[in-house]
Amino acid sequence: MLSEVEKKEIQEEMKMYPVASAACLSALKIVQEHRGWVSDEGVKAVAGMLNMSNEEVESVATFYSRIYRKPVGRNVILVCDGISCMIMGHENIYEHIKEKLGISYGETTSDDRFTVLPISCLGDCDHAPSLMVNNDHYNELTVEKLEAILSQYK
Amino acid sequence: MEKPLTQHINPKSAPLTFKEYEKAGGYEGVRKALKEMTPAEVTQLMKESNLLGRGGAGFLTGLKWSFVPMDEASKPKYLLCNADEMEPGTFKDRYLLEGNPHQLIAGLIIASYAIQAETAYIFMRWAYKKAEKMINKALAEAYEAGILGKNILGSGFNLDIHLHMSAGRYICGEETALINSLEGRRATPRTKPPFSVVSGLFGQPSVVNNVETLSWASHIVEKGADWFKSLSATGTGGTKLYGVSGRVKKPGLWELPLGTTVREILEEHAGGMAEGYGFRGLLPGGASTDFLVEEHLDIPMDFSTIAKAGSRMGTGTMIILDDKTCPVAFIRNLENFFALESCGWCTPCREGLPWIEKILGAIEEGRGRMEHLEILQRQTKYLAPGHTFCAHAPGAAEPLQSGLKYFYDDFVKHIEQKKCPWR
Ligand SMILES: Cc1cc2nc3c(=O)[nH]c(=O)nc-3n(C[C@H](O)[C@H](O)[C@H](O)COP(=O)(O)O)c2cc1C
Ligand code: SF4
Repeated sequence: MLSEVEKKEIQEEMKMYPVASAACLSALKIVQEHRGWVSDEGVKAVAGMLNMSNEEVESVATFYSRIYRKPVGRNVILVCDGISCMIMGHENIYEHIKEKLGISYGETTSDDRFTVLPISCLGDCDHAPSLMVNNDHYNELTVEKLEAILSQYK
Repeated sequence: MEKPLTQHINPKSAPLTFKEYEKAGGYEGVRKALKEMTPAEVTQLMKESNLLGRGGAGFLTGLKWSFVPMDEASKPKYLLCNADEMEPGTFKDRYLLEGNPHQLIAGLIIASYAIQAETAYIFMRWAYKKAEKMINKALAEAYEAGILGKNILGSGFNLDIHLHMSAGRYICGEETALINSLEGRRATPRTKPPFSVVSGLFGQPSVVNNVETLSWASHIVEKGADWFKSLSATGTGGTKLYGVSGRVKKPGLWELPLGTTVREILEEHAGGMAEGYGFRGLLPGGASTDFLVEEHLDIPMDFSTIAKAGSRMGTGTMIILDDKTCPVAFIRNLENFFALESCGWCTPCREGLPWIEKILGAIEEGRGRMEHLEILQRQTKYLAPGHTFCAHAPGAAEPLQSGLKYFYDDFVKHIEQKKCPWR
């Protein structure tokens, strides 16, 4: 199931560790990077490549919050719900996202453009409130800023 | 005032390259350690400097290194840099990772040399995308310059440093959970003993140190233990990255002598409370520390003095509770975090934390009863040190137990008025 590119990237990661199974998380992340999420077939393929049982890989895949075992939208909005962001008003930001996109935490828009998820403290506390879209951080958010940010992601 | 850790950091421009850092004398400590000192001498120096771990627990760094077995048979050994930084309200390691990656690499080389580890891993939180880029670039430069790899500076010492990007979960920051995670497993903590210094990554001796701790190593080797001690306000040694977030005029991060008072950090550096907001309390070092209040403001922010006031230095990055934020909502936010991030291994943590969060939710939403307060009190006892496998649960109990102590009246008001007085 894995593409040649995925296999090559996983092999590259395996070189970092003395045992193959240590690359398990990196392998899952590579599959997710290419496919958006990790399907049952993805779990099996990683297990096969790293000589692990499917159950072992599944136990790892379901433990970590940044491995998605369900499909997500093309863009994932991660709203920081850490304490500093709460104090600085992350509630307004989330309310606006809910209103504008019509989705709550854990949901995806019908056009698959956005999924919204909460995320624990992003370490941007001195510039709260914050969120991430895919791999990008945004700070000192206001509703106006948010509009401009979201419009960049198609 | 000397600011060794941040002197070369300017968040607005790119960090120093290998050549620039080398020119600024940044790798002198590495040269001195590898060419003039034995591993035992480096460890001894670190002990004398009294460098206390900056990851939260404040353990004496040199002492930790000295526990590592030094015979040939104990190889391979590992040095692990804890760059997971997921403690809510904490943003200090990110500053060092993004701002001066070569300072950290120099520290990693020295620590690895001291314990004779030929492989080091930097375990970094997935969200730190900029830091990932900076560290990867700096590592490539260091390899190219020959300061990493085989036979570094002709000393016969070899070292490879790998960057491992994590996949989320606060518990990965706990030392033995971090090791399990690096091995590609679920990040559940391990039983201690055996301690990681004897049996850690892949069953081999491993030292885990925080980013800020390791960033010191090269400076201390270069300038000595007495110099390091002279930097602090209290004699403990060193400066500290202190941060403030919440409703203050200038939230931020500053390198100050270890033992600077809470008041000076809050009023001079953070500029005091923001217009229209009053001070009610603060968590001195992240979510898993006890509240301090007005009466504690003149206490020096040092490990021992903060402990005497009933809290912990933790990460040294404070979160301020203002008078327009409901203390119950504040604590509920923290307990929601701890409940979500529990690894699920032990009962008081896995079952107790969601229960606590539910009760706090009921109180905040006006459905609270007085006996709820007793249940909360009792839960903090079940979460206390010794009842669980790791320090996650005791950490979760800290803001709750101290919150009940200092803001008890606010809890009662919620119950009596059947609503949140802040809403
Ligand atoms: C739940 C939990 C999370 C932790 N997270 C971190 C972390 O993100 N970074 C860190 O340096 N230490 C963290 N620690 C502390 C580590 O277990 C360990 O004590 C520390 O990395 C040792 O480094 P030091 O001696 O240099 O302070 C955490 C501890 C617990 C119990
Ligand atoms: S205290 Fe909590 S986080 Fe720590 S081992 Fe137990 S269940 Fe896991």
